[in-house]
Amino acid sequence: MMNRYPLWKYVLVVAVIAAGCLYALPNLFGQDPALQISNAEGGTPTSEVRERIRDRLSADGIRVQDSEITDDHLLLRLGSPDAQVRAADELALALGGDYTVALNLAPATPEWLRGVGGQPMYLGLDLRGGVHFLMDVDVDAVIDQTMTGYRDEFRRQLREADIRYRDASVEGRAVHLAFVDAGTRDAARSELTSDYLDLEFSAETIDDSPELVATLSKDKQREVRDAAVGQNMTTLRNRVNELGVAEPVIQRQGLTRIVVQLPGVQDTARAKEIIGATATLEFRMVDSSNFPYRGDEDDPVPPGTERFPERDGGLVLLEREVIITGEAITDASSGLDTQTGQPQVNIRLSGSGGSVMNRVTSDRVGDHMAVLFKENQIQPRRVDGEVIREQVQTEEVINIARIQEQLGSRFRISGLDNSREARNLALLLRAGSLAAPMQIVEERTIGPSLGQENINQGIAAVAVGFLLVVAFMAAYYKVFGLIANMALVANLVLIVAVLSLLQATLTLPGIAGIVLTVGMAVDANVLIYERIREELRGGSSAQQAIEAGYGKALSTIADANVTTLIAAVVLFAFGSGPVKGFAVTLSIGIVSSMFTAILGTRAVVNLIYGGRRGVRLAI
Amino acid sequence: MDFFKRETDITFMAYRRQLAGFTVLLVAAAIAFLMIRGLNLGLDFTGGTLVEVGYPEAVELADVRATLDEGGYEDAVVQTFGTARDILIRLAPDVGQGDSLSNAVLETLRAENPDAELRRVEFVGPQVGEELAEKGGLALIYALGGILLYVAFRFEYRFAIGAVAAVVHDVVVTLGIFAGIGMTFDLTVLAALLAVIGYSLNDTIVVFDRIRENFLRIRKGTSESITNRSINQMLPRTLVTSFTTLLVLLALVFLGGELIRGFAVALIIGVLVGTYSSIYVASSAALALGVSKEDLIPPPKEGEDADEEQP
Repeated sequence: MMNRYPLWKYVLVVAVIAAGCLYALPNLFGQDPALQISNAEGGTPTSEVRERIRDRLSADGIRVQDSEITDDHLLLRLGSPDAQVRAADELALALGGDYTVALNLAPATPEWLRGVGGQPMYLGLDLRGGVHFLMDVDVDAVIDQTMTGYRDEFRRQLREADIRYRDASVEGRAVHLAFVDAGTRDAARSELTSDYLDLEFSAETIDDSPELVATLSKDKQREVRDAAVGQNMTTLRNRVNELGVAEPVIQRQGLTRIVVQLPGVQDTARAKEIIGATATLEFRMVDSSNFPYRGDEDDPVPPGTERFPERDGGLVLLEREVIITGEAITDASSGLDTQTGQPQVNIRLSGSGGSVMNRVTSDRVGDHMAVLFKENQIQPRRVDGEVIREQVQTEEVINIARIQEQLGSRFRISGLDNSREARNLALLLRAGSLAAPMQIVEERTIGPSLGQENINQGIAAVAVGFLLVVAFMAAYYKVFGLIANMALVANLVLIVAVLSLLQATLTLPGIAGIVLTVGMAVDANVLIYERIREELRGGSSAQQAIEAGYGKALSTIADANVTTLIAAVVLFAFGSGPVKGFAVTLSIGIVSSMFTAILGTRAVVNLIYGGRRGVRLAI
Repeated sequence: MDFFKRETDITFMAYRRQLAGFTVLLVAAAIAFLMIRGLNLGLDFTGGTLVEVGYPEAVELADVRATLDEGGYEDAVVQTFGTARDILIRLAPDVGQGDSLSNAVLETLRAENPDAELRRVEFVGPQVGEELAEKGGLALIYALGGILLYVAFRFEYRFAIGAVAAVVHDVVVTLGIFAGIGMTFDLTVLAALLAVIGYSLNDTIVVFDRIRENFLRIRKGTSESITNRSINQMLPRTLVTSFTTLLVLLALVFLGGELIRGFAVALIIGVLVGTYSSIYVASSAALALGVSKEDLIPPPKEGEDADEEQP
């Protein structure tokens, strides 16, 4: 009998479409207003905190619908946007600076659906409103800075080894050391080469003068660049947390670019203030005559000193004079002391920072030095019953260490309790300032009303276009047209399901891509049906016509779709932003339309007509 | 319903020489428009600041311009965006940067009409524009290369040249029309242009596929007559697919909103141009290059399962 599918093909088609329906489903549930509460110092909020929060909110008459603790935050679902805002202010007051409270919209997907990985599509900024920044990291500045650091180290090392040089300078990402004669140069080369494995040394003669030129190896250059961009991303992430934005996107784009997207934020001025805000670090000497400090908050402080809170509680007096600021730190990493096995933080300073540190610490060995962290934060405050948000500068001493020896451009902070603390301190030292200067090269703001409008118009366009095509197909191809329409619906469901599963961002051009797919998806069926009509005209029986129609159209469909897919893949690889969004939906659409239009419709056609003799096709 | 009860018999290729002249004229006109008028490049490519402002009631463009003039933004481009209540203001990149500028512009407008609402702000550095143009151009070239290789591999190099010629034709003519009517060319339109490539290619490949099949099956007849017959056989499909696609695109133009209109218009132009080019550029070129039966031999297994065959 002709045109009977083996059972597995029917099962496959049904299974794929069922899975499509399942994963497209979350998009129907909408979103709950929610709060996202995260620990400012990392780590998961405990269930104890959750109970405290629940009690606090119920005392204020705010009902929490649901709460869950995920990897790094606590999510509270609230009944209404009004309750959400009130709860946010209350909690920000109650929890203080230890927790960040962010407004969020949590998908209202039922538990069982989330359990199998069901999530709604991720909407792009153009569809939900928000701000988008593209920042460019000035990597050249970092490499210059690194090379200056090396130059200063070379100077000291050559001085210590008693090798005389005429000049040491940084030119075009390389350190140039000039010598009186080639012999001294070679001596310097053998002195330095073994200590600096990341550098490539070459002996050159420039203007009749023997020089040693040190450049960063390609790998090291990439490492420096990646570290700078990575550090800037960490800093940005910390700062964006301050804004209380849920689901911020902070992504690297290309070699030196960072994309920051803040959904729901409208006030670009404030967003920029925070993103550009400088949390600063200061190294200061501890007032040794008053250490440990025994006074309290209201006592007058001795002249020349200032009083600051310590991270783990308590107060400390610091000298007013700032030794160096965080800008002088070029790198900070945590590790273990090779001799004692104690955790420590290794710090590297820029050349000038190193010499200042060297001078100041030379006669203060045995004294204590403190690291002071200053940060701008937005904090809520209650004034006359109204909650207002204002920018405050918080200051705290994050570390105090005894100076064991005269310090230079490289030193370490020891006396830390555990490796976790060492890691956190290193992160703070790095994140305190940006590794490299950044510049905003692109900025977009989409109002929430415009975002909603875009969605509505997009849906309207899809719906109307879809209905027109469906009506035409049914009229033109009769029963076969209806079958093609089923394929079209299945296709749309599959596209939505795949987009949801991939959590690809749906943007306006993405919607356009879906619409275009709807228009073009019928092409495969049109090809098949026209072929069937041709066969029928040529005198074939119904069964032969179906068989030949599907069979012969297959290579055409495959060729046509593969070429379009090539174009889509190239678009995805080279495009950015909207072009990429379009390419994603187009590619998904092509693949799913091939599946539904060829396998799917054939299954239905076989069910209706397969194996029946003398049947007339309604086509 | 069936508009094509019988196979049509239009001698498409008989007019190919005359239409070749027309095609050349069309391309030349498009290039002339591109060179003389140039594309009205959007913010994505030029850099600068774009501010979209919504008013509760219709406003006169002249008033907005006057207000901006007084505020010191003499070179601002002011257009309506969809309705008379939505105004689009474009400022050259050298006027200033991003946020402070858009706030200043909004304040200037609010001084005159306090109901002005900021709907959208975009600031794009000029450097990004250049990069995008470069990337867009590169993408186009790589896409063409990929297509050339695939078609040459699956069909024959003469078909590949024909397909690529058709694609280049579509891109140039669509761009020329954009330059001619002065519509803004932005990233979404670029995306559309790339979709046009996909669509036109689809059309071309479908026709080529039938030509290949007929070359292998029909023993009698010249290359020209076989090509004619193939195009006629594919005509119902070409028209139906173009029609459904156009239906959807028209829905986009009228309902999809202002941000997406350029995209839809570019595609509509592309669909029309692409349908023409699959016949009179791609097929004509393949014929002109002297494609013949022998070029497609060795033939595959008789007829069936054509996708198993290797060129």
